[in-house]
Amino acid sequence: MRLSVIPLVTLILSAAPTAMAQDALRPYTIDGDAISTSLTGEDGDPARGREIVANRLVGLCVLCHSGPFPEAPLQGTLAPDLKGAGTRWSIGQLRLRMVDSSRVMPDTIMPAYYRIDHLVRVAPAFRGKPVLTAAQIEDVVAFLATLKE
Amino acid sequence: MRRAVLFAAMLAVIGSLARASDLPPDKQRSSYQDMAPATRAMQDADTDNPAMLWVLDGEALWQTKAGNAGRACADCHGDAKQSMRGTAARHPAFDEKLNAPVNLEGRINICRTEQQQTAPLPYESKELLALSAYVALQSRGLPIESRDPRLEPAISAGRAEFMRRQGQLNLGCVHCHDQRFGEKLAGSTIPQGHPNGYPIYRLEWQTLGSLQRRLRNCLTGMRADNYPLGSPELVALETYLMRRARGMTVESPAVRP
Ligand code: HEC
Ligand code: HEC
Ligand code: HEC
Repeated sequence: MRLSVIPLVTLILSAAPTAMAQDALRPYTIDGDAISTSLTGEDGDPARGREIVANRLVGLCVLCHSGPFPEAPLQGTLAPDLKGAGTRWSIGQLRLRMVDSSRVMPDTIMPAYYRIDHLVRVAPAFRGKPVLTAAQIEDVVAFLATLKE
Repeated sequence: MRRAVLFAAMLAVIGSLARASDLPPDKQRSSYQDMAPATRAMQDADTDNPAMLWVLDGEALWQTKAGNAGRACADCHGDAKQSMRGTAARHPAFDEKLNAPVNLEGRINICRTEQQQTAPLPYESKELLALSAYVALQSRGLPIESRDPRLEPAISAGRAEFMRRQGQLNLGCVHCHDQRFGEKLAGSTIPQGHPNGYPIYRLEWQTLGSLQRRLRNCLTGMRADNYPLGSPELVALETYLMRRARGMTVESPAVRP
């Protein structure tokens, strides 16, 4: 299955021209259960990815997940431990999971990190912006890929 | 007229049966049960509960004449221990004049404007928190009631709000408070989200706050567009939360982390 996704760029135009809004959203192509190519065309930086994942105000991951990053002391119990995510999933699968996890699990509570449509009553500060930028997604994916069992 | 009320009550019963997926009453659990022993102890002893400072202010305001009418709450209501017993346990209550549910803060403000003939008190002002804490204390230990069939439209609206996903994170109240209570959201234990302790002294706030302030906190966390304090949407949510918590014991003014 090949599915082309054309993000709603028009929505972004009405948002404040912050760095994040300008970054949103780059087109991507879903192959089956994965996005095979980098959103930015470049490889992410796992060290930056780790910072994003461990920071509960930026990545938000540790609100729900636990994982092998002790620098985030208060970890959630709403989602699986991220240890071994890089063994369980390919980079492309991890990328789709980050971009829009509802493509993999329709009823999931995990937010779509790179989607701005089909959302209601978004706070003005976040309207028209994805939770993470394309570059941040690539950093997170690069970090998750290092989490081998 | 009586038949109409009976009919509405029957509809309400059928409605509640149809909501099999809602939190069942035998699963109700107050946040109190999940609090650290020190936090519980603070709530248990009036001498240690910081909310009692607001109660004392509220008691003084109750006796104070105000407005063009020059009357105190006590001039009309007498001893709050009797006249306000059970009041907080059944608010939001239906107001005939407004043809809408009114929460405790709104009810106090109606008496301010119509009876005392003075300005309403802003939400989260020291005075409104003090008066609502004092009035709510008179329901402490009583079960929450939610019986008036005229509340059903607001309960349905509040329930829809509770169930739907919203905000940038695309979460619904239901995902945390019906489906994942007892789990940890980062360091915090997710409670069932009951209104039985309000106004609360919240350790994180270092002050007393209303239920609506708490609801706005959760909406902010969901990165949702917020509703203004006193808005009908927040009153509808409160009305649904009271129905969901019916039978639970009022703890007001409670302490929460
Ligand atoms: C609101 C809660 C929530 C947040 C926030 C969240 N997730 Fe998830 N995540 C889940 C849940 C629940 C699952 C389990 C599968 C499902 O229901 O989608 C999951 C599954 C996953 C998986 C696949 C499971 C596996 O095998 O390891 C990965 C990888 C993942 N999340 C990474 C992340 C990362 C990285 C972040 C932060 C950038 C994040 N999640 C933020 C709830 C969340
Ligand atoms: C001039 C008389 C008067 C004054 C002064 C007055 N009230 Fe009232 N209050 C009433 C009346 C009459 C009602 C009943 C309204 C109704 O339901 O028809 C009422 C109802 C209430 C209720 C709802 C009671 C219940 O169980 O449903 C509350 C709470 C209340 N008042 C609080 C206050 C407070 C607090 C003050 C002072 C700031 C105050 N009132 C001042 C006359 C007064
Ligand atoms: C991501 C999970 C999550 C979502 C979604 C959420 N909440 Fe909460 N809520 C919490 C947590 C965690 C607390 C407790 C915070 C603490 O103890 O510091 C809480 C506290 C509450 C409380 C206070 C309970 C008490 O005993 O004082 C109420 C009421 C509440 N939430 C209602 C709601 C409503 C209504 C919504 C939807 C508009 C909502 N919440 C959405 C996690 C959530």
